[in-house]
Amino acid sequence: MYTPAIIAEAMVNGMLTGAVYALVALGLTLVYGVLHIINFAHGALLTCAMFAVWAASELLGINVYVAIVPLAVIFLALGYALQRFVIGPASRGDDANTLLVTLGLSIAIENGLLAAFKSDTRTLSGDAAFDVVEIGPMLLSRPRLIGFAVAVVVALLLWMLLRLTDSGKAIRAVAKEKMGASLMGIDVRHIYALTFGIGCACLAVAAGLLMPTFYVTPRVGNAFVLVAFTIVVLGGMGSVAGALLGGLLIGVVESLGGLLLGESLGQAGIFVIFILVLLLRPTGLFGARA
Amino acid sequence: MKTSSVIAMASLLLALVGVALFGQNTSINFVVTALIVALAAQGWNLLGGYCGQFSFGHAAFFGTGAYVTAALQSRYGVNAWAGAGIGIAAGAAIGWVIGWLSFRAGLRGSYFALITLAFAEVLRIVANATPITGGGTGLLLKLDVRASNFQFSSRGVFCLVALACVMLVLALTIWLARSRLGAQFAAVRENEDAARALGIDVLATKLRAIALSGAVTAAAGCLYAQYFLYLDSNIAYGSWISVESLLAVIVGGIATPAGPIIGALALHALGEGTRLLAGRITGIDLVLFGLILVAATAFAPSGIAGAWKALSARVQRARA
Repeated sequence: MYTPAIIAEAMVNGMLTGAVYALVALGLTLVYGVLHIINFAHGALLTCAMFAVWAASELLGINVYVAIVPLAVIFLALGYALQRFVIGPASRGDDANTLLVTLGLSIAIENGLLAAFKSDTRTLSGDAAFDVVEIGPMLLSRPRLIGFAVAVVVALLLWMLLRLTDSGKAIRAVAKEKMGASLMGIDVRHIYALTFGIGCACLAVAAGLLMPTFYVTPRVGNAFVLVAFTIVVLGGMGSVAGALLGGLLIGVVESLGGLLLGESLGQAGIFVIFILVLLLRPTGLFGARA
Repeated sequence: MKTSSVIAMASLLLALVGVALFGQNTSINFVVTALIVALAAQGWNLLGGYCGQFSFGHAAFFGTGAYVTAALQSRYGVNAWAGAGIGIAAGAAIGWVIGWLSFRAGLRGSYFALITLAFAEVLRIVANATPITGGGTGLLLKLDVRASNFQFSSRGVFCLVALACVMLVLALTIWLARSRLGAQFAAVRENEDAARALGIDVLATKLRAIALSGAVTAAAGCLYAQYFLYLDSNIAYGSWISVESLLAVIVGGIATPAGPIIGALALHALGEGTRLLAGRITGIDLVLFGLILVAATAFAPSGIAGAWKALSARVQRARA
């Protein structure tokens, strides 16, 4: 029924999308690994970033890939402020409170966008979505190839930032041992906010990579956030490498599921994987901690 | 309960009965919708408030109650009251299954919240794709106004039925909070290991809580189906009801018997008020709900009921 060529093309396409999913998941897993909170506002912030990309490209006429750089900086600052002045003080370090505060933020952001932009579906003008490259027997979308490459580079940069810089060292120290880090003179609240900011910057980059081939509505983040949670749980909470591999895997599953079961049931496949992983191996494929 | 709280609750009850008997259609509509959300929130409160397990997917129970009630009537000709009974049982069963799967795997805190969200999403997608639920076009119940068919010629009567359901669960909650089972819920909420050391079967206690919670929230779904006579997957399994049932409890006062009712009424009054002031901008009321959730968590963690308690204690001290 399906020739190997079709299946191979679906798998490669899935991996290309999966790399961008991985970038979304990377922000989530980093925040979880350091702050030990689940950020329910992640999807809403991604939607926010996608609208920002849309506005930069359609209203200001900036090239999407150029717009990514200033938007990443803006979202770094936004995330920093959000954690430092809203989420941190409002939740007072309590797990249940953090869930509620980030849920409240996501409701407010999502519906704020709905009130401002209505529920229309918006895409970037231009025909970038139909721009294909022929590689061997496969026809691949050029924006998706660029997305894949940039996502991998950003992941590498992030990894280097965590390994090689002083801030990265401080972030890893806080993730391992909050009290000890604070006794060594690390400002834990600053590191928390910085980590949250980096997570948001990842979202801005992901939004820039998604928009050329995707659309944005105020509710679009919901679809991504559950995919991102699945990737994070699959790869192991807090694991950067796990998020990358998990992202590629989920991209392939989604693509093959869509091919074999149809679009809407293929999406259910992701949630079923999510539930199964949580039930059978809640530490994920690469996570060490429970 | 203190005398002042009893007086406050009784006058609230009286006001609601007054609306049901003498109110216009719009005000009755408002009260019925708020009561349905209150009932769903009472279900959330049993599991999240009393037993400490936060669910983000109570839509799974609401939708199951609604769909079972509606599908049994429209597809198999089952009597509406019997359908509602089976719907409530189905809600308890779904709760038990979700609980058995996730509590046995040791999921708590954020992990439990996430998995309930995922279960609700799977049910939504499946309901959207299967013929028995009417798929994307939804399920329309036949208009057949007879009391024996759970449909009433006046909205006021339906309002009284919904009020009776909410009061029944209120009584159940007050009884539960003082019972042995309620003490076991509290023990599991406060410290699972200590509860286990005292000889409490933690898994069984959590399963009782989630089955009870599922049944109550499913009852809200049944009421919804009978009142609006229309369902689709985004209504029945949509995240709106998961969010509103949680929000009503947090705003009203978590782990208090009357909290969900006060919270649901306060939120809906606020939502209507915003719409009156800001005009019909879609989503503007929800922006406010979100901000209130953040503010309530930050400044009033025990909700309206907690604020009331603190206030009446201060008044009493001032009198003494």
